Amino acid sequence: MFGNEKFKMIVGRLLQAIPSIIGIIIVTFVLTRALPGDPAVYFAGPAADEKSIQEIRVSLGLDKSWLEQFWIYASDLVTGNLGVSVSTGQPVVEELIRRLPASLELTFLALIFSLAVALPLGIAAATRPNSWIDQLCRIVVTAGVSLPVFFTGLIMVYLFYYIWGVAPPPLGRLEIIYLSPPPVTNFYTIDALLDGDLETFGAAFAQLALPAITLGIFTLAPLARMTRAAMLQVLSSDFIRTARASGLKRSTVLYTYAFRNAFLPILTTLGMVFSFMLGSNVLVEKVFAWPGIGSFAIEALIVSDYAAVQGFVLAMAILYVLLNLTIDIVYTLVDPRVGLDG
Amino acid sequence: MTEFLKHLKYILTENSVTLIAGTMFLLLILAALFGPYIVPYDPLASSATRTLEPPSWDHWFGTDQLGRDVFSRIIVATRLDLAIAISAVVISFVLGSVLGSLAGFFGGWADRIVGRITDTIMAFPLFVLAMGIVAALGNTVENIVYATAIINLPFYARVSRTEVNVRRSADFVLAARLAGNSSLRLLAMHIYPNTLPPLMVQVSLNMGWAILNAAGLSFIGLGVRPPTPEWGIMVAEGAGFIVSGEWWLALFPGAALMIAVFTFNLLGDGLRDLIDPRRRT
Repeated sequence: MFGNEKFKMIVGRLLQAIPSIIGIIIVTFVLTRALPGDPAVYFAGPAADEKSIQEIRVSLGLDKSWLEQFWIYASDLVTGNLGVSVSTGQPVVEELIRRLPASLELTFLALIFSLAVALPLGIAAATRPNSWIDQLCRIVVTAGVSLPVFFTGLIMVYLFYYIWGVAPPPLGRLEIIYLSPPPVTNFYTIDALLDGDLETFGAAFAQLALPAITLGIFTLAPLARMTRAAMLQVLSSDFIRTARASGLKRSTVLYTYAFRNAFLPILTTLGMVFSFMLGSNVLVEKVFAWPGIGSFAIEALIVSDYAAVQGFVLAMAILYVLLNLTIDIVYTLVDPRVGLDG
Repeated sequence: MTEFLKHLKYILTENSVTLIAGTMFLLLILAALFGPYIVPYDPLASSATRTLEPPSWDHWFGTDQLGRDVFSRIIVATRLDLAIAISAVVISFVLGSVLGSLAGFFGGWADRIVGRITDTIMAFPLFVLAMGIVAALGNTVENIVYATAIINLPFYARVSRTEVNVRRSADFVLAARLAGNSSLRLLAMHIYPNTLPPLMVQVSLNMGWAILNAAGLSFIGLGVRPPTPEWGIMVAEGAGFIVSGEWWLALFPGAALMIAVFTFNLLGDGLRDLIDPRRRT
């Protein structure tokens, strides 16, 4: 399918993810055991006596050595046991899995929006340095990193919902008058399309639009900045000059020659962008009452539901590692310098 | 020194954006130092008769749901917001640069251990890690500071590792070693001071990010407790009123936050020009 060298690099990259995952598991373990005071006393509640605290300590495994506790924690993780959420009474894993599609749908649409704006903007800015489009790019980049994402979201709600009335109220994935589409992927927009229900699709998309744009604006800045810088560097290189001198079409030079090479540093930036996105997701979900794993974590934080918060942190970290892995694999696959002889 | 002042003057006058950023920075510092003494109203004094008033001559930024003056609260909040961000950045600067220098100077095991720590922190989406840390350590302002410090640590460690590493066998270091200085003395007195300029740029660029992070944490209800004036929590409290049209509650503290972050970002760019003119973009 592809060269042997590429295959080896991908396997190597997959192996490199193992220490990251071990590190993540150790950190989340330490976080669960770093609760202030004695966790057994906390979980036993204020009315507990010495005996019931001791019982809870044994049932939580807190009387064992740290190493044993870590082993139990790690083997629980392997079987997908993240504990039970105190606030909802459900296993944390089930809560997370039920809410994950909402967060992912939001994140992916935000990413698409962000790329659709940042790439053309960065390319246009790089091809015409110091023109108005370059200045526009500079303003967008500086404003994008300075705007608190929850602030952008509130401005959006005020303008599009309150003043102009074009957006639905910022309350969740679907207005109450619509039924959620039959679940296939649990992405409401895709499910509605699969069902052929355009009205529900429109409603779901309308709910999704503002939060996705809010999140997208925040991540636009690093992408546009990197696109511009990478394109500027590639455009000043010798092979582009040669391509131009050979009389190739402007669009061929720009897209086939320059952009394909500039794409690699942009892919690398995507890793950092995902870190921003998964973090800001929590804030955006709060602003738009979005029923994803971010709002779940916030509710859990307020009532000190530790198992839920730690499960959320772990899930986000694993998701982030997987996204970074995907980026690296795509990088290896599209990098023209790797595996030419394969 | 006069050369430096000349260069500073050149940077400030040549680029008006940096001059504006410098002025805004001064205003922020003044508000943080003298805010509580110059505001027209007590930031905690509520008034049952004057709730949710839009901006007027009496109340420049309007009043909130308890009749407190939004303008006074925003000015007073400057101190807390800057204090959180500055303490967090100072902690991560000191810890990060020491760890990074040791890693860059000694290499080997030191490098591997520090590298593993920074990689592990960076393996998390940083804001999410901060949430987890605050949840584990307890919901207080100090823990917001520690969480923000921890997630910023890798940036300082990495910059100072690189900067120390490239100078490790520079001629002036070899000369100092020949003169009989010990390794630690070499690192502390000869190499480390030379790594400070790039680190200072990192500090300034990082400040804005630290402010955003801390405000984000208090926006989701961590750390700062309500009635305390703080920008993040003010936006959170005002958020519910946006849908009914009382925009001033969330908009003004949000704008204050944005201006503060903007100032530090611009200042960071200006500082970079001052220290390293080649890296201008």
